[in-house]
Amino acid sequence: MAEAVSYAEGELALATGKIKYLEQGSGPPAVILHHSWGSPGWLPFHDRLAGSHRVVVPDMPGWGGSERPAWARDPRDIAIIVTRLLAGLELDDVKLVGLGFGGYVAAEIATMNPSRLAHLVLVGAAGLQPKNGEITDQMMLSHRKYIEESFRDVETYTDYVGEEPPDDVRQLWDLSREMTARVTWKPYMFNRRLEPLLGDLDVPTLIVWGENDKVVPFECAKQFEAAIPNARIEVVEGGGHVVELEEPDQLAALVGSL
Amino acid sequence: MFIGHFTERPYQDPKSGYFGATGRNLMDLGMSNASYDPKLGADLYNRYLDERVFAEEMGFDGLMLNEHHSTPFCMGQVMNLEAAILARITNRAKIVLLGNILPIWDDPLFLAEELAEIDMISRGRLVTGWVRGTGRESVAHNAVPPYNWERFQEAHDFIVEAWTKPGPFRWEGEHYHYRYVNPWSRPYQEPHPQIWIPGVMSRNTVAWAARHRYPYLMLATELQPTLESFQYYDEVAAEEGYEAGTEHRGYLFKVHVDETEELAEEAGRKYVQGPSNPFLEGNQGIVRPFIQNLPGLTQRNNLLPTMRSFAAAASRGRATQHLKEQKKEAAPPPPKDTYVDQTEKLSIISGTPDTVIPKVRHVLETLRPGTIFFWDGDGAMSHDDQMRSLRLMGSDVIPAVREMADELDLKGPFEADPTGADGTSTDDPAESLDDAATQAAD
Repeated sequence: MAEAVSYAEGELALATGKIKYLEQGSGPPAVILHHSWGSPGWLPFHDRLAGSHRVVVPDMPGWGGSERPAWARDPRDIAIIVTRLLAGLELDDVKLVGLGFGGYVAAEIATMNPSRLAHLVLVGAAGLQPKNGEITDQMMLSHRKYIEESFRDVETYTDYVGEEPPDDVRQLWDLSREMTARVTWKPYMFNRRLEPLLGDLDVPTLIVWGENDKVVPFECAKQFEAAIPNARIEVVEGGGHVVELEEPDQLAALVGSL
Repeated sequence: MFIGHFTERPYQDPKSGYFGATGRNLMDLGMSNASYDPKLGADLYNRYLDERVFAEEMGFDGLMLNEHHSTPFCMGQVMNLEAAILARITNRAKIVLLGNILPIWDDPLFLAEELAEIDMISRGRLVTGWVRGTGRESVAHNAVPPYNWERFQEAHDFIVEAWTKPGPFRWEGEHYHYRYVNPWSRPYQEPHPQIWIPGVMSRNTVAWAARHRYPYLMLATELQPTLESFQYYDEVAAEEGYEAGTEHRGYLFKVHVDETEELAEEAGRKYVQGPSNPFLEGNQGIVRPFIQNLPGLTQRNNLLPTMRSFAAAASRGRATQHLKEQKKEAAPPPPKDTYVDQTEKLSIISGTPDTVIPKVRHVLETLRPGTIFFWDGDGAMSHDDQMRSLRLMGSDVIPAVREMADELDLKGPFEADPTGADGTSTDDPAESLDDAATQAAD
């Protein structure tokens, strides 16, 4: 189907720096937090969701077009700034959708200020140390290899990225990795201070996991489910770590059903 | 002129299967230490220490050590230990550490204490040098790469202060915090040992060294980019209001001398065999650019002329295309006769004294360094290879180089004070060294 591209580009000036975001649609707000490798722009997943939601897709501070908070040392710092974004845009009853690292940030936001959230959606979310296995360490892989691992298979990766990633995509990956290193080099992609704070969370939580996620072990989905009082898991059959790219309709339907 | 000796102390294990013409390739951070043989390690550590003692006997002014981690091409993981041993078993030569990797120290007070002890045990023969390290080191000791440069600078400031400011004092920095800085040790030399900065990569570091008037040593880079880096140092020095001299220029390069040209070629070819540094042109290792260039380790717009194309590898002759190679995760196989290629451009100088000395002269005339280090006994070179070379260095090469250095007026950092605090110099480097030692002893 033809993709609508009627989204708007927005900018919010916070004391911590400017935040850029993309926005489209009306209805209950849905805020999408991107992976550690940055937001690749307006996606079919956003488009599907925008039919029934006000979809806001920020570049998290330090990623993409949003200014870097040089002082930030922890995903929790990023989470605090994103809560300011929600407040600044006066978004209430938000469906907060976090993808991978964005899920880590979303979970941190939920622990510190859930009052603006109607639902939390964690998609292949990092943030908890898996009891078995490890979160794939992108720092020990080339950009290309890591992104390839994020897809369910090489063919799907090639369909999206091409044989050779374009220069602007490589630049996005390169700068995003630097920001990722600044806040979660060690421990890598988890926070032992997160899980204890999830126990009193009063936000209905949907945990979505690609059946073939090779980046964050499914173990983490079960740990989130066990830690959050009102949480359930949906497994996307055949999906990898980037469910929003591989199965946009299915993910949009899951979020839309909340 | 200050003339030093250097080897990376490779872990040579012919039985490992990794090294040698038919062995498996060594990939940077890509091999398990399951094959490490501590008995062999014992032999090698002792061999390299023995060679250093002999190098001192042969007249070298300095014995240079370096440090790398999790890799077989350099056994100097804890070079301060080797330095401490040399401090006790040598008598005259400076012990030159190039260098301690500051950003990977979470507690640089330990480093300040260790270096002060080495300086005292050696009675003032330590030359301390500090580096930012490669990606390998940040991975091995898990230092956050984007803060590497900040940590380098802060650790430097902290150590100098810990050495020079009477304690106790408190340090509340960005990356380091101490409530009680009062080490019960101080450097033997006043106010502290000379600090030299080695490098290949960062324009930041050259400028920083020039601002501190620290001698900058280019590590086996090709002549033209090396010269450009020295010129950049000179420019920054001029901005700082002083004229940089030969005492601010150091150069490490591969020089091996042997009894015949045949032996020299046989040994010279070993530079690129065995577990030699995989960054270096033509050797048998494979680099992984995404590890060498970890996120934020080097600012992309702050590369020296040597680094235009991306990595340290490029400055040392290996063609590197950063982004394309990230896909392949491996460098192409070396050309058929990389040794000949490298000897032609003087990346490797190997021969009898008669053929080596004119080439060394060309390097000195081109770069005008006050400090040089001969990088020898590396790769797959045996103890015998090294000892033959050291003997001829002592009998022929070092005396000849001293003469030409006098003729070219190349003063080292112990002849002309790089800090500018003391303008004294002498025409006799050996005498100068003796003077320095005597003054220190007084």
